[in-house]
Amino acid sequence: MTKTFLGYPTTFLGNASGVSYAPPGVGRLRGDETFPRAARTALANGQLRRNLGAATATIRAKRAAVVSELPDWEQLRDAGAAIKTDVMARLPELLTQLETNVIAHGGQVHWARDAAEANRIVVDLVRATGATEVVKVKSMVTQEIGLNDALEAAGIAPTETDLAELIVQLGHDRPSHILVPAIHRNRAEIRDIFTREMSDAPADLTDDPRHLAMTARAHLRRKFLAATVGISGANFAIAETGTLAVVESEGNGRMCLTLPQTLITVMGIEKVLPTWRDLEVFLQLLPRSSTGERMNPYTSMWTGVTPGDGPQQFHLVLLDNGRTAALSDDVGRAALHCIRCSACLNVCPIYERTGGVAYGSVYPGPIGAILSPQLTGMGGHHDPNASLPFASTLCGACYEVCPVKIDIPSILVHLRNRAVDQSRRRPGGQLMAMKFVGWVMRSPRRFALAERLTRVGRLLAVRGRIRALPWPGSAWTSSRDLPAPPAKTFREWWLEERGHDSHDSHDGSDR
Amino acid sequence: MRIALFVTCLGDAMFPGVNRATVTVLERLGHTVVFPADQTCCGQMHLNTGYAREALPLVRHHVETFEAALQTCDAIVAPSGSCVASVRHQHASAARDVGANALAGRAEAVGACTYELSELLVDVLGVTDVGAYYPHRVTYHPTCHSLRLLHVNDKPLRLLRAVRGLDLVELPAAESCCGFGGTFAIKNPDVSTAMLADKMSHVMSTGAEVCTAGDSSCLMHIGGGLSRLRAGVRAVHLAEILAATEVATGPTGGALTP
Repeated sequence: MTKTFLGYPTTFLGNASGVSYAPPGVGRLRGDETFPRAARTALANGQLRRNLGAATATIRAKRAAVVSELPDWEQLRDAGAAIKTDVMARLPELLTQLETNVIAHGGQVHWARDAAEANRIVVDLVRATGATEVVKVKSMVTQEIGLNDALEAAGIAPTETDLAELIVQLGHDRPSHILVPAIHRNRAEIRDIFTREMSDAPADLTDDPRHLAMTARAHLRRKFLAATVGISGANFAIAETGTLAVVESEGNGRMCLTLPQTLITVMGIEKVLPTWRDLEVFLQLLPRSSTGERMNPYTSMWTGVTPGDGPQQFHLVLLDNGRTAALSDDVGRAALHCIRCSACLNVCPIYERTGGVAYGSVYPGPIGAILSPQLTGMGGHHDPNASLPFASTLCGACYEVCPVKIDIPSILVHLRNRAVDQSRRRPGGQLMAMKFVGWVMRSPRRFALAERLTRVGRLLAVRGRIRALPWPGSAWTSSRDLPAPPAKTFREWWLEERGHDSHDSHDGSDR
Repeated sequence: MRIALFVTCLGDAMFPGVNRATVTVLERLGHTVVFPADQTCCGQMHLNTGYAREALPLVRHHVETFEAALQTCDAIVAPSGSCVASVRHQHASAARDVGANALAGRAEAVGACTYELSELLVDVLGVTDVGAYYPHRVTYHPTCHSLRLLHVNDKPLRLLRAVRGLDLVELPAAESCCGFGGTFAIKNPDVSTAMLADKMSHVMSTGAEVCTAGDSSCLMHIGGGLSRLRAGVRAVHLAEILAATEVATGPTGGALTP
């Protein structure tokens, strides 16, 4: 049985009182700056804005076209949401079932409470094989836990084999998109990175996309054929059969999953699905939402090990890293339904301007804004992740496209309440201001008085426009004029013009 | 029909012209407009910024005020998609979250009778031609909450197409948010401005002299940016366009000004 078994999942599942978040200092779930500050830096990069604008517009159009082909798209979304809701309601049972079936087919299962534990398990497993190099399938969860850093620290060289992920790795960069991690780079920048960092890149490398792709292909082919250990994430895991599934476009995943002797798969515990048949729903939802394809080019599925075919050692690492903390929030837990398609990133007007790096976490965009703070917890208003729920205009474009119907705007608002409630212990200026405004607004008399006081703003206006206000109003007037308050509010006008219609107004007494 | 006017706090304090225009349109169509003077604010800003606790008294006040108005009125109207969306989609759940189930039920009843202006005109009153005349080149920005929470769809466009003299031009990337987002505009001013810059460049690419929408708040943002650039494009609320006639192009000459 599993030697590294870390205890039954109840030690970290269904334990709402002792909520354990993803630990700080390991992995990449939190940036160094709050979103408004990081966004300011990103917005100053004109090339980034241009690259992102072009790329997101293309992928939005592709998605819209293939989604409109399916008459039952809305029913598919409902089915996806229903399956995920069911999974979250009985996660411990499904994970145990998955473990049993993986083991029954010759795999080994390891439980990792957090990023540090998962990294330690993977490093130990690689060391046990004697390998000093590993090939990796693109995976969000290994980015989340900072696995490459841990491997390198242990003297093991990981090679990312997804083209975009390779560009990020060679560029000593950070992924800025769930699906297209190098979305912020254009081909001229990619040529520069290859020339600088790839030892076997041809001297006459151009920025022709085909030339770039063929160069990466030749570079990676040598890695695939030499590697003895492959590391992957998982898109889905089927509890009833113990089957793991990875979907991808380039074939690099298929190489990593079949050629090495040892395969190690790291998977967030929320990825489990009850039955094989559930794939029917998700294999329709995911590619159309993600790459805008009817079907992804490669779907790899494996169940334990098959003697004489493919990896002969298979390890599944099940990762919590704050997921049970998210599960304990009955509104926020829907964030765990995410299948990492990135449709919400591509339609998000904030993401389109700032890119993913500004979010700090490897999970950017609208889904990142609700997932990262739940995985790490929010530690007061200086915590970068406490600023993420506010990084949205609540425009609702994300909810419209989410293949599993995660109501991201409502969860953002829910997390704003959680962030504000945390600040109530040490009330600051904003809380006091909002309390005061609320107190004014709940009385018609106080509100009317406040309106009259606002009229002093007329003194600041030139030709009906206010062009500069002191802080905090300067946040508005730094880029926008403000109209001067009117000489007469609507209620004053109504009282003058229609005041005799006493039946139309109630008494304005204070309550 | 007797219609209670929900002026919104921003509309009362900053854009009374938009509410006067709403009164003008409805009275021209032969309806009676009532102003419940107790109204203050629906609490949307508090609800959306994470201050549900502070919002609840505002929700209660709004429900009580308009519940009373509905004793003599058939419907409630506001020239604001986002405030109507808050009343219709947030009030009841905000009450339910704190166990105020009776209030939630009453909020649902008020919400069910509350309409955004284009909804009231097209769906309830069944008119698209309100007898307006507005000889200007106009582009329409669909505000996010009117589009994605209320699903007003093409109702404002149908109203605009029926306005005599009006040259309606399509706004590129119309459904992309303008970057206002309530307190977002203050908390994330740089991103808000970047989104505004793109919205303004789309507006200017149409050659329109007027950008219209159904929310004064978003128009305050778009218009504030256009004014700062001296772009020569005015932000005008849909109600003000619909109120304009050959006789009077509106009290302000049609611009979104006090």
